[in-house]
Amino acid sequence: MDHVQEKPRTETGMPLPRPPGEGAVVPAAGSTLAEVDERPKMYRRRSSRVVAGVASGLADHLGIKVLWVRATFAILAAFGGAGMVAYGLLWVFVPQRRREETEAPATPREKQQAIGLLILGVGLLVAGGAITGAINGWVAVPLALALVGAAVVWREADESQRRRWRDGARSGVAGMVLGGGGWSAAIRILAGVALVITGIGVVVLRSGSLDQVQFALLAVLATLVGVAVLTVPFWLRMGRDLGEERRARIRTEERAEIAAHLHDSVLQTLALIQKQSESPKEVARLARSQERELRGWLYGPSGYGTPEKKGEDRSVAFSQAIANACGEVEDTFAISVSQVVVGEAQLDDRLTALVLAAREAMVNAAKHAGVDEVSVYAEVEPTAVTVFVRDRGKGFDPETVSEDRHGLADSIRGRMERNGGTVRLRTAPGDGTEVQLEMPVKADSGGTR
Amino acid sequence: MSETPQPKAPISVFLVDDHALFRAGVRTELDSITDEVRVVGEAGSVAEAVAGIARTKPQVVLLDVHMPDGGGAEVLRRVRTDLPDVVFLALSVSDAAEDVIAVIRAGARGYVTKTISSKELVRAIARVAEGDAVFSPRLAGFVLDAFADRPGSAPISDPELDLLTPRERDVLRLLARGYAYKEIASELFISVKTVETHVSSVLRKTQLSNRYELSRWASDRRLV
Repeated sequence: MDHVQEKPRTETGMPLPRPPGEGAVVPAAGSTLAEVDERPKMYRRRSSRVVAGVASGLADHLGIKVLWVRATFAILAAFGGAGMVAYGLLWVFVPQRRREETEAPATPREKQQAIGLLILGVGLLVAGGAITGAINGWVAVPLALALVGAAVVWREADESQRRRWRDGARSGVAGMVLGGGGWSAAIRILAGVALVITGIGVVVLRSGSLDQVQFALLAVLATLVGVAVLTVPFWLRMGRDLGEERRARIRTEERAEIAAHLHDSVLQTLALIQKQSESPKEVARLARSQERELRGWLYGPSGYGTPEKKGEDRSVAFSQAIANACGEVEDTFAISVSQVVVGEAQLDDRLTALVLAAREAMVNAAKHAGVDEVSVYAEVEPTAVTVFVRDRGKGFDPETVSEDRHGLADSIRGRMERNGGTVRLRTAPGDGTEVQLEMPVKADSGGTR
Repeated sequence: MSETPQPKAPISVFLVDDHALFRAGVRTELDSITDEVRVVGEAGSVAEAVAGIARTKPQVVLLDVHMPDGGGAEVLRRVRTDLPDVVFLALSVSDAAEDVIAVIRAGARGYVTKTISSKELVRAIARVAEGDAVFSPRLAGFVLDAFADRPGSAPISDPELDLLTPRERDVLRLLARGYAYKEIASELFISVKTVETHVSSVLRKTQLSNRYELSRWASDRRLV
């Protein structure tokens, strides 16, 4: 069996990481406790394992050389397979060491010895079985096959699977068994399963006629069904516990995320506002930008309160672009821009030009109108997208605008006309200004949805 | 008809909002700037509101849209049959169109945002007290959106109710652009009275229309 193992994390020679000084100083302060502490909890090792890390884990636990542990298992295997059984039981019941903890690396020589002892153990098992007559020759081979296959599957499924179960099943059955091991893991599992089936198949086929096979299969099936039925409450409880645990974790994560976001945004801004309380304009600016941000976070298209849509188009929508432009103007000029958008469209070159023109119109209003509020209304219709930017400020006489003022001429009118749109301006001194921008929608892009 | 003659009994107002701080703020503002309105009570939950409104019988209820236990729409459902004369004005920070439309459909006479200035709030209260509808630009936008003829919206079942007339649409657009009634009237060459009629009829259609099932429409909107 080959190994897919992570590299050992440190080069320490110590079998286990322990707080410095422990054991050397402790005895006076409660000897029973010290004694318990002295023998560390048993874990199967993660690195430097050959089959499942039982032997090395046991060696760590007992504080003896791993070679002796392995040799003992091998010799015990001779006595009716006792060593194998012991190894298997320990494998099942002893948890694997957590990934984070450090372990001593194994030397290549140790590994060679281990493999040698493994082969020796299997040999002793077969020999012992043959001598005592507990197993006939023809049963021994398929049985060994089945056992090796089972070991392969177990080893593969082992840690990843059970850790996943413990952490709250997040993936499907396939994911659990494969444990993210990829193709090589899948191939190993398939090989293991094939070995098991071959072994069992050989035993069953050799044992007699086809009738008996059917009977045996039926018996096995009945037993399995029985066990499943008997353990239904257990499975149900396990499923419920896993679901509950998962929900609790999701809730906790969500709460943490909300708390973090509120801290980063609202609380920080409130702190800033307290410091700036002398300047009402700055306070208003901070409050406005914070409100906008929080609103977007809560209710926006990709906001927190919006249910997730599968296959959602992530490209920027027109309404979002308008909102962004309004937000920028609010922040830059410390005015409030109230926006209403009806309908929705995906942004293309023309609509981008429209948004930029609208932004320029807002900037003009903010700079020249002498008001602290600008209204923006945008409507997406099947044939055209219209934006109105309006203020109730000074207004002006379009005839008297000097030639060197390029904002309206270039940034708004020029941009719109280059893209096939139109601009209408309504203003008079003292009467406020309204800029009306209209951009036809390309027939294929469809406009509204 | 926003200019009410001065010598008149103040309009009694009941505040419903789950934030005590906000209620206190509105109360102080309303009491300090005008004699036109008088706050007669307040409530922080649906049950409290239902009991309080039944007891004080105010002319206008300022109703928060977002509340635990069903929100403003729930208050409307429980109060309207017993007290048909009480008018409701929705007051919300909510950006979620379906919340606002739900309250309007449940029978509120208008909707204003919480950032409204106190003077405008008093005007809005006076207007709903007289039976007129109050559409903020944002509500006008929501309604236009709800009645838009777009693929995927619910089929028309009652054309009388389920479509806005071109004139109503024009009025609504101008409202959404932030125009006052007077400005709309001069823009469309109609009287202020006619504007009010159009707005009321839009409100009636919003409340009665089968044009869309709310949830369906809401999901349509989120889809875009």
